This record gives sequence, C-alpha cells and structure tokens, in this order.
Amino acid sequence: MATLELKNLHAEVVEADEKILNGVDLEVNSGEIHALMGPNGSGKSTTAKVVAGHPAYEVTEGEIVLTLDDDEFDEEIPEDKRSWDLLDLEPNERAALGVFLGFQYPAEIEGVTMVNFLRQALNAKLDEREELFEDEDEEEAEADEEEDAGYDTSPMEGPADEGEVGVAEFQQILSEKMEQLDMDEKFAQRYLNAGFSGGEKKQNEVLQAAILEPSIAVLDEIDSGLDIDRLQDVSNGINALRDEQGTGILQITHYQRILDYVEPDHVHVMLDGEIAMSGGAELAEKLEDKGYDWVRDEVYEAA
Amino acid sequence: MSSEQDQLKETNTEERFAFKKDESAAVRSDKGLTEEVVRLISEDKDEPDWMLDRRLRALEHWQNMPMPTDWPGQPDLTELDVEEIVPYIRPDVDKREGADSWDDLPEDIQDTFEKLGIPEAERKALSGVGAQYESEVVYQNMQEQWEEKGVVFCNMDEAVQEHEDLVKEYFMTSCVPPSDNKFAALHGAVWSGGSFVYIPEDVTVEMPVQAYFRMNSEGMGQFEHTLIIAEPGSEVHYIEGCSAPKYGSHNLHSGGVEVFVKEDAHVQYSTVQNWSKNTFNLNTKRAIVEKGGRMEWVSGSMGSKATMLYPCTILKGRGASANNITIAFAGEGQNIDTGAKVYHNAPHTKSTIESKSISKDGGRTNYRGLVHISEGAEHSSTAVECDALMFDNESTSDTMPYMEIDESKVDVAHEATVGKIGDEDVFYLQSRGLDDDDAKQMIVSGFIEPITEELPIEYAVELNRLIELEMEGSLG
Repeated sequence: MATLELKNLHAEVVEADEKILNGVDLEVNSGEIHALMGPNGSGKSTTAKVVAGHPAYEVTEGEIVLTLDDDEFDEEIPEDKRSWDLLDLEPNERAALGVFLGFQYPAEIEGVTMVNFLRQALNAKLDEREELFEDEDEEEAEADEEEDAGYDTSPMEGPADEGEVGVAEFQQILSEKMEQLDMDEKFAQRYLNAGFSGGEKKQNEVLQAAILEPSIAVLDEIDSGLDIDRLQDVSNGINALRDEQGTGILQITHYQRILDYVEPDHVHVMLDGEIAMSGGAELAEKLEDKGYDWVRDEVYEAA
Repeated sequence: MSSEQDQLKETNTEERFAFKKDESAAVRSDKGLTEEVVRLISEDKDEPDWMLDRRLRALEHWQNMPMPTDWPGQPDLTELDVEEIVPYIRPDVDKREGADSWDDLPEDIQDTFEKLGIPEAERKALSGVGAQYESEVVYQNMQEQWEEKGVVFCNMDEAVQEHEDLVKEYFMTSCVPPSDNKFAALHGAVWSGGSFVYIPEDVTVEMPVQAYFRMNSEGMGQFEHTLIIAEPGSEVHYIEGCSAPKYGSHNLHSGGVEVFVKEDAHVQYSTVQNWSKNTFNLNTKRAIVEKGGRMEWVSGSMGSKATMLYPCTILKGRGASANNITIAFAGEGQNIDTGAKVYHNAPHTKSTIESKSISKDGGRTNYRGLVHISEGAEHSSTAVECDALMFDNESTSDTMPYMEIDESKVDVAHEATVGKIGDEDVFYLQSRGLDDDDAKQMIVSGFIEPITEELPIEYAVELNRLIELEMEGSLG
C-alpha cells in the first residue's frame, strides 16, 4: 500500500509569477481510482506536473507526501524511509519511489528505441530506489565503490550489470505487456513516440506504466484524442494496472466518457486551482448532465 | 580545463628540448617550414627523388598561398603558430623509438582510457606506446587474408617503396593536388605515415579494413596520408579509428585522404576521431567517383580546438553517387567547422548530406557545405539535411549551405533544424526514472543514431562513450 497526499498545495509558474494552484488537498491510495475533473485552466494538468516535479512550477506552500507500506516493493523498507516529502526529491527519485505521470503530450525522442529506453528506465528506477533506501553510511561506501568500478555500461552494451534486468529478460517482459495491451510487437523497435499517432502515444503511456509498475499513477487526459476502440484498449490497460498491480490512479479528464470504462471510486471537481467538490461516481454523471457552472454556484453559495 | 592545457603546453616545451640531439638539432635550427626540413623528412624515409620533388613543389605552394582568414564564421586560426609546426613533427618520430612508459602519457589521456574502459594492453597500443609489435600483427593478419586476392593494405611510407608505380600515379596528382588549399600544400610537403589501400577489380573485401592501432602506433598522426584505390567493381569499407586522443604535444593535425572509386566500385570511409583540445584539425579529404560508383563518408569529429573538415566528392561519371554523414561535438572553447562538398559533374548523379552537430558550454559548430551541379548534369539529385542540437544559450550553431546549380533538370532539397535540448523532453525521461544526465545523454545518443548505425558496433559504442564523456566534461 502507498498513499499520495497533497496538502494545501500552492504553486505558481516560475517564469510568469502566475499562481495556478491555490491550496489543493487530495489523497490517493493504491488500489483506488480517482477522477480529477474540471474546466480548462482550472489547474488539473499543473497538479499532475507538480506531483512529478516539473521544473517550470514552483511550490510556494503545502506538501506532497508519499507514504509507503513496509513491503510496497516486495522488500522490507526501513522504518525511517517510509514517508517522503516529494518536494525534496528530483523527478527521477519520485519515479523511483513509484510515482508515475502519464503525459497528455508525451515527448518524441528520435533515435531511441522503445525497448532500449524502457529497459534503461526500468534499471535506472531500480537503481535509484536502492540508493534511496540505503543507509547514509552504506551510501558512502557504495559511492566509493562506484568510483573504483569506473565507467557505467552504456545503453548500447549488451550484458547487464548485477541486479539489472538484462536484454533477453526485458524482451520477455515487454512482449507480455504489449500483448496484454494489444500492441503490435513492432512498437518495441520504433523510436520513442516518434511518428506515433495520438492514440498510439496514449497506449504507450499506459504500456510504460505497466512496465514500471508504479504505486501511484497520475494520468493526464489519457483519453483525449482517442477513438472508441483505442479508448477501450487504454481503459483496459488502466484497469489492469489497478487490478493486477494495485496501482492507485489519479485520472485527469474532461469527460465522463472514459469513466464508463474506468469506474472511479472518487470524483473531484477542480475550480480555480482548488478542489471545489468531491463525491462518488455519480458526481461525474451529474457533471456530464449539468456542466461545471452549478458546482461554482453551489460552492460560492456555501461560501 | 585551462590548467590542464597549461600543463600540456609545459609538457610540449619539455619534450621539445628533450629529444636526441642529432635528430632534433637540424630541425630546431629552422623555424617554420623550410626546404631543409622537407629534404630531411624525405631522406629519413629514404624516398625516391620524385617524391622529394613533389614535397618541394608542395612547399612552394604553401609558401605562396595566404592563410584562409575571411570565410564567414570561420574558426580563428590566429593562435596557430605555423613557425612551430615543424618542431612538432620530430618528437613524434622520436617517440617511435623512445617512449615506452604508460606513465609518460599526459594524465588526461590516461584518464580517458580509464574511463573508456579500455584494457591496459590495448591502451598501450592506442596511445602509441609499444604498439609497433601489435600493429605488425594486425598487418600480418590483414595481409594473409587478402593477399591472394591482390588486396594491398599497408603503411603509406611503405607503399612508396613497395608499390611505387601506383603511388606515383595517384599520390596528390589528380585528386588532392597540393595547390588545392593552404593545408593540402602543407600536407604535401611534410606528410608522413597513413594508409595505402588497393582493391583489385571485382574484389569485395567483406569485412571492414581497419586502421586503428597503427595510426597512433607510429606516432605519426599529424600529417598522415590515406590513399584508397578501388578498381572497377570492387568494394571496401575502410575505417580509421583514432578515437584515442592524441598527445598533448600535437598542435596541428593536417591529414590528407584521397579515394579513387572506379566504375561500379563502392567505398565507404568511416572515421571516429577525437583530438586533444589544443589541436588545430585541418584536413583535406576527397574522392573521385567514376560511372556507377558509390562513395560513402561517415565521420565523427570530436575534440580539437578548431576543426575545418569538409569531405569532398567529385561525381565524375554517369550515375555516380555519394552519401555523407557527419557528426560534430563542440564544447567550451571549441569551434568545429564541418560539412561536405559534392560536385555533380555528370548526369544522373546523386548525393545526400546528413550533418549533425551538438554544442555545449559555449561551443560553436558550423555546417559549411557546397553542392555544385554542373551544366549538363541533368537528372541529378541532392538532398542536404543538417540538424543542430544545443545544450544552452551560450552555445552557437550556424548553417552555411552553398548551392551552385547550373542545370535546371535537377532535384535539390535542403532542410535544416536547430534546436535546444528541450526541457520537456528531459523532464519526460526523468519522470520515467532517468536522472538529468542520463536523460540528456539519451537524447544525444538518439540524435546521433543515424551515424552510429553506420558504424561497426565497437566504434558506435566508443563514439557514444566519447560523447558521454564530453558531456560530463571529463575529457577537459
């Protein structure tokens, strides 16, 4: 079990000095599906990016706390390493602790094949996690040792270092996951997102989550630009993340549509950089019928 | 970095005064390039008179030609002290007999080998220390394998003695005459070492011919000459790997490469070069391609203070073609000026130029290209693509593609992109678990992938590693 808590989170754009988040409170546990809805510009994507550590945003107030159970990664985690303030960590460290961001517009990286990228990412993540859980003393010893060992193997090198997932083993993992998601095997040799259709990119985001096995996945408008068939594939992938790996999902979306396939346990409505209202799956249906204005009315009335 | 360079300069001075008196005195007595120096080199190599004559004529050209100074955006050559060139030749020759200790190598070079993970025996060979024996072995193997087919692969100095007729016909006559440019003239006067490759008619050499150990082993990397003759219907892939940095004492590298691609022959020339950061790297490389022949240039240029290098192809016969792939990396204080030249002098000729450059920490890369399509070279086509990747706002990259098109029935395409390593791209990879450095490294190795896929795996790996080291700034 893992829990991601956003506590009174305030954030602004670094360069523009523009406030986007005005005190977001949210809690996602692994195994749960949360839908985060709201009109354009309400701060949904910013919330996702801030959780992952995007450098364009500065958190001015509040906390993002990740709490891990002692056996979250099938290994005993030392007691003093079970609670983390993500704001102290680099994006890759957050990833190593099991936080995944599915992008609305994933980057296209030419020349880097999916299979090489994913294997390197997986190994980097395992490596980083090990380092984060190590004692300070051990860390120092390790650092010395690493220096002595000299140069790391390059991504083009075949054989894996000790503790790494090797090429053959990884091929196996990748093939299985791709089959589950109904993706063509050829994807493995294509360059990361380069020339992918919108739908393929979204599918690829879910594939990456399946491989990296996050504790908490924040999926930013993973349903945008998908046709109905692809929407079903992607939804199946998301459900599998929850059902098979126990991942907690924060699903950012505009539309009810995807929630027909990925049924949320909780629905939150974001307005003006705050969670204005929370409820169950029925809230999403109400939004579908009545739009967001009534939420605004209700919230302001209450205020 | 500057302190290391200072250190290298000191080493130079020490070395310069340390060689054997009987050899160095004569050379050192003359500042700059003189007839005596050229005669000395030729005599030392026991060359036939015609070669000495060619050297002397080249010297005349050198003396009469002005330094290139006014090309737009040209690397600054004012720090290149031509008067000091000749004394730098002799320590190399001296080293062939002298230095035999790993510890004598400059520290940064030792360090590079460590970081490249090259085993010590190999390091010694690469650094030119005690490599003579190793290189002999390499040659023997090559020769045994292809001797029967009439293939020749040997040291250029040796070729002058043993394949005199061929060398006399092709050496700096029609392809790269010394009159071509200031540094071709210099090269013609003081050239030394290099490779001679001869492939007889219809012979295909399946595995790449590699001059890897040898280049450095004789310590003559500065003015090496490579002459490749591919007779009709033959095929060869020649790889020059001086991926090891050169000694700090080298201030000027001015190599010459001449390739003759006869009818329907196919030559690929690949090179990965990494020079120390105080080297001026000024080369002339050219191929003449006959009817139906194909020439491919693949080059990775790393290191150096300034590089000016534009492999040139003359498409002389109908249906001849040329492909160029180049990559350049410029860090702090470096100016890498590379590109390609192609002359379409016959109908139905084809060329492609793909240039990739990376600049970082205020480094400067230029793409400088010339495509000339002569009148009558109808139905010819050319496609030029140059991409520049920059790490920061201090680095610069310029694209100077010249196109001279004198024929209307042709197909010409040019495409250029310049980009900074995108924060969004880096963040995307970081969010997947890669740290900042690895993310950037991954983007760069993807960027240069078109080059690495053309190279045998060990060179590709090495190129990637070198770039990785450059990015860490640890090659200083």
